[in-house]
Amino acid sequence: MAQSTVEQLDDVTIRFAGDSGDGMQLTGTQFTHTSAIFGNDISTLPDFPAEIRAPQGTLYGVSSFQLHFGSSEINTPGDAFDVLVAMNAAALKVNLSGLRSGGMVIANAEGFNRKNLRLAGYENNPLEDSTLENYKVFVVDVSRLTARALADSGLSSKEVERTKNFFALGMLYWLYGRPLEPTIRWTAEKFAKAPEIADANVLALKAGWNYGETTEIFHVRYEVEPAKLAPGRYRNISGNLALAFGIVAAGRQSGLDVFLGSYPITPASDILHFLARLKHFGVKTFQAEDEIAAVTSAIGAAFGGALAVTSTSGPGLSLKSEAIGLAVMTELPLIVIDVQRAGPSTGMPTKVEQADLFQALYGRNSEAPVIVLAPATPAECFDIAIEAARLAVRTRTPVFILSDNYVANGTEPWLLPDIETLPQIDPDFAKPGEDFAPYKRDPQTLARPWALPGTPGLEHRIGGLEKEDVSGNVSYDPLNHEKMVRLRAEKIDRLAEELPELKVEGDQDGDVLLVGWGSSYGAIREAMLRQRRIGRRVGHAHLRTLNPLPRNLGDLLQKFDHVIVPELNDGQLVNILRSKYLTPALRLTKIQGLPFREQEIEQKVNEVLSGESHDDKQESAVQSERMNGHE
Amino acid sequence: MNDILAQAAAAPSNGEVKYTLKDFKSDQDVRWCPGCGDYAILAQMQKIMPDLGIPREKVVFISGIGCSSRFPYYMDTYGFHSIHGRAPALATGLKIARPDLSVWVITGDGDGLSIGGNHLIHLMRRNVDLNVLLFNNEIYGLTKGQYSPTSAAGLVTKSTPLGSLDQPFNPLSLVLGAEATFVARTMDRDLPHLNSTLRRAAEHRGTSFIEIYQNCIVFNDGVFEEFTDKSTRPDTSLYLDHGRPMLYGANKEKGIRLNGLKAESISLENGQNSIDDVTVFDEGDRAMAFVLSRMDSAPGLPRAFGVLLQEERPRYEDQLNDQVEEARRRKGNGDLQALLDSGDVWEVGSDAANS
Repeated sequence: MAQSTVEQLDDVTIRFAGDSGDGMQLTGTQFTHTSAIFGNDISTLPDFPAEIRAPQGTLYGVSSFQLHFGSSEINTPGDAFDVLVAMNAAALKVNLSGLRSGGMVIANAEGFNRKNLRLAGYENNPLEDSTLENYKVFVVDVSRLTARALADSGLSSKEVERTKNFFALGMLYWLYGRPLEPTIRWTAEKFAKAPEIADANVLALKAGWNYGETTEIFHVRYEVEPAKLAPGRYRNISGNLALAFGIVAAGRQSGLDVFLGSYPITPASDILHFLARLKHFGVKTFQAEDEIAAVTSAIGAAFGGALAVTSTSGPGLSLKSEAIGLAVMTELPLIVIDVQRAGPSTGMPTKVEQADLFQALYGRNSEAPVIVLAPATPAECFDIAIEAARLAVRTRTPVFILSDNYVANGTEPWLLPDIETLPQIDPDFAKPGEDFAPYKRDPQTLARPWALPGTPGLEHRIGGLEKEDVSGNVSYDPLNHEKMVRLRAEKIDRLAEELPELKVEGDQDGDVLLVGWGSSYGAIREAMLRQRRIGRRVGHAHLRTLNPLPRNLGDLLQKFDHVIVPELNDGQLVNILRSKYLTPALRLTKIQGLPFREQEIEQKVNEVLSGESHDDKQESAVQSERMNGHE
Repeated sequence: MNDILAQAAAAPSNGEVKYTLKDFKSDQDVRWCPGCGDYAILAQMQKIMPDLGIPREKVVFISGIGCSSRFPYYMDTYGFHSIHGRAPALATGLKIARPDLSVWVITGDGDGLSIGGNHLIHLMRRNVDLNVLLFNNEIYGLTKGQYSPTSAAGLVTKSTPLGSLDQPFNPLSLVLGAEATFVARTMDRDLPHLNSTLRRAAEHRGTSFIEIYQNCIVFNDGVFEEFTDKSTRPDTSLYLDHGRPMLYGANKEKGIRLNGLKAESISLENGQNSIDDVTVFDEGDRAMAFVLSRMDSAPGLPRAFGVLLQEERPRYEDQLNDQVEEARRRKGNGDLQALLDSGDVWEVGSDAANS
């Protein structure tokens, strides 16, 4: 038995990387899952190619999964990783720049044969030359060891080869003292219909563990203590699943049946998949012929009294624009989920960006305001979905949820809510016999009545033509039009009075206020915490509501010497803050299809406080060049 | 389910409701051009409504954009004047959410076959129980006179000063190919036929598609005159009747015989043919319906009017409801707390960091 010493660590970042066929997403998910059950706080970043089955061994076929786990608060998937598991040469080449100096490479020997080296563009084997001299390198013949462990399994060599990721997983479990049981349990459920496959995976997993235990290749084992999470029941959850759960919860809290009109699009399709499985909650999902039919069918369902939802990503949102204007005009409740991805047009479908903010706020003809919400973390998607439903029903207006690829596919531990504590949503339908006019508004909320077909005496017609105030008749009257445009905006603006004020995390006044929205929450928070540790007075204000903006935001901006707005776009929120509050907020932009690293935010804070940064676009481009160079 | 919604959905969809034509006239002034064919269609719709036995509050008219799409404003029922081409999609969502409603889609040749062509064909294959009335006037009216997807090739309009280059759609062939279960054609100038065709559409369980020849008096006046004018109609129009030989002509002296996949006109007066040589129309035969729809572009053959096809196929919304019920039978009524707690859940105690 090997004698290994045990080292305590606060947190570890691991990146599993291999061919898209190597099962890296599954390996990462299992490690995440086990570590969550073990009690660590976690943040994950799946990173995979758009191709379903990219050619083996190529650079563009590399699929990776990064996870960051620890014994204290974990806010991001980690900047540089401590461990790179490289199943082949291409995986090493693509990911090596992200490995911290002195970090560990665990390489699958078979993945560095001549063919793999050629495909990855290596002239010499990097495991044998000086490429990795700054790292701790462990070369393990994973394929051969797996084959040997499964020699008696009776499976074909192809099937055996497919379990090699579990050998690697077993090794990592040994290295970080993780229990095997959660994965064994999962395997039994997943392959219930093919027990021989389940057994093979468990054998490979245990063989990997035993390899760590019995060989002397690893001299050190690591321990990462459980984190001190708030008491309660937890599960791991992704943003897309949390949104689906939140929609179902909103259906329950409102007494409305959920209708989802959707068209498949990366990275939003999982919301459709998840909800399609929940028909026993009365959820009806409709895969429409296109994005336009998806949203218009939802508008039709809303007219009929359903909790209507449409889910998509940027290109789909473009197609839905006209119909969303119709929902604004007819003042029907509608939830529009946009899981943002990178780039204009088709862009980079599997990469992250926060560049649909302007589209959500302004992307319709004429004045067509909507409510815009943005979840900061995967787990938060659950509450945001319920809030979106509440506001849509309350104001009879479309509500956007701006998620993104990072929040949608990333996961974190979620403190399970007690459903009895969820807010009630009152649809407040118009009742037969009441004094009714289609556009007679509630004096407080300015919402018009929601009068359902089937209600005797409330027969009425609505549509996209401008409406006369109160009667809802078609009207071309100039003053009426101006009044209606203002009413539709006022309805949303008034919400700011009843929504909670924005709370600043960290310092409440001082040097720098970091203002963010959406999935960059973790990186901004981490930067804020670290800056405070070195004595800076830094606050972090994170917007969950982008229209209306929180009523105290203008005051908050005044309490700091500098305001920096980190965004994964070319500076959209910062423009809004500058124009609305006339404040010299500074931009920090990144448009690489990747989330922020907390160091990038800290670097900007350092520059601002040392007087080096004068925020102009050119400079920020140069900075981002420099950041690239460091990678 | 919410109480009001439950009440609205549970109200009887037919029963002892007594209405008159007036009950279906809204308080809005009708604003089509004087002499427009739309008036006749509106009048017949208001006329048949009381007889359908559907409570007025259960009826919804949904339209897109165009002259015909003003229709919902004039019916004193629920109505939704939506955006260009999207009425079939909007109506699909409504009907899925509320299968208890009687939903009518009003569209035109531009709205339904050009900008909304995709939605129309997908509606047909799904067989959602909607009644689609496509007012075909072979022209864009509201935008003031451009050619439409049904305009004859070569038509000179404002946007085709040297003549249209487009091969027009044959709406009936199109929807037959798109798996429609009810396909009919009628015209604004034959009121009894229009009336009876609307009733047939209302009775059909599934998507009903009616192409209505509708005269645009301003931009395309008289385009259907040979079929609608009483003097020429007998020789140009074949009125279909299920189970009867396909006869036409002023004295029913001509008939249609299907010769393989070809329709041909035969005379019963020349002593060579008898009525037994005339093909008996079968409205359950999709292949026959398709052949009859192709007569439109065959010189010397009449145009078919009436119900070309009617077949029973499960309705989309019923099947979706069945899936919901089946899911409930198998998994029980959804339990939210159980759903959230599904998957691997772990407990963090209040005293220790880990359980």
